[in-house]
Amino acid sequence: MKVRLLLFAVLRDITGKSEAELSLADGTRAADVWQLMLRDYPRLAGYSQPPLIAVNENYAAPDTLLREGDELAFIPPVAGG
Amino acid sequence: MSYLTDAPIDSATLMRSVLRLSDGAAIVFDGVVRNHHDGKQVESIFYDAYRPMAEKEIEKVVRAVEREFPVVAIAVLHRLGELRVGDVSISIACTSPHRAEAYEASRAVIDRIKKTVPIWKKERGPNGEEWVGWQT
Repeated sequence: MKVRLLLFAVLRDITGKSEAELSLADGTRAADVWQLMLRDYPRLAGYSQPPLIAVNENYAAPDTLLREGDELAFIPPVAGG
Repeated sequence: MSYLTDAPIDSATLMRSVLRLSDGAAIVFDGVVRNHHDGKQVESIFYDAYRPMAEKEIEKVVRAVEREFPVVAIAVLHRLGELRVGDVSISIACTSPHRAEAYEASRAVIDRIKKTVPIWKKERGPNGEEWVGWQT
């Protein structure tokens, strides 16, 4: 299945991309994608906590099952205001 | 209406947009870019957002606080992009017949926005730049 990954702020700087289309096996959960990110970008392992997760513009649990066409985003600690 | 803007914020206009003839109090909270953070000098801040989700999350905060303070009318505008010291980054206007509820609602809105809305800031100063909040 195809999932659209959005990258913001520090994650965009580290990966050099603002989005990516991922081809994932059925049954992949949101947190599994973070493990792929850690593998591809070892620098991310230095951060103190895994980011929050959003699926289709809503906060979602790490074990959320991804589905074809989902929009996945990792949300580093927010700093609005 | 959008809660996000790339243009300078006019707080007075925002406040007027929710002021009713029955209101006797208008509290305007402006968040402003300051020249220091954690002992470091700050010259500018770049604000980034997951825009559609940030719109929805600000909407949730506004609706929730309106439910808790039904007499209060609330307007919020958050600026994104490159801001300089002294620029307004967020303006929150709360109007109500009397001041007590407007003060409380104003505090609740900014506190919750800071916790849940996917907006990030990169501080730039004489010694470099850094995303705030996620440290190695």
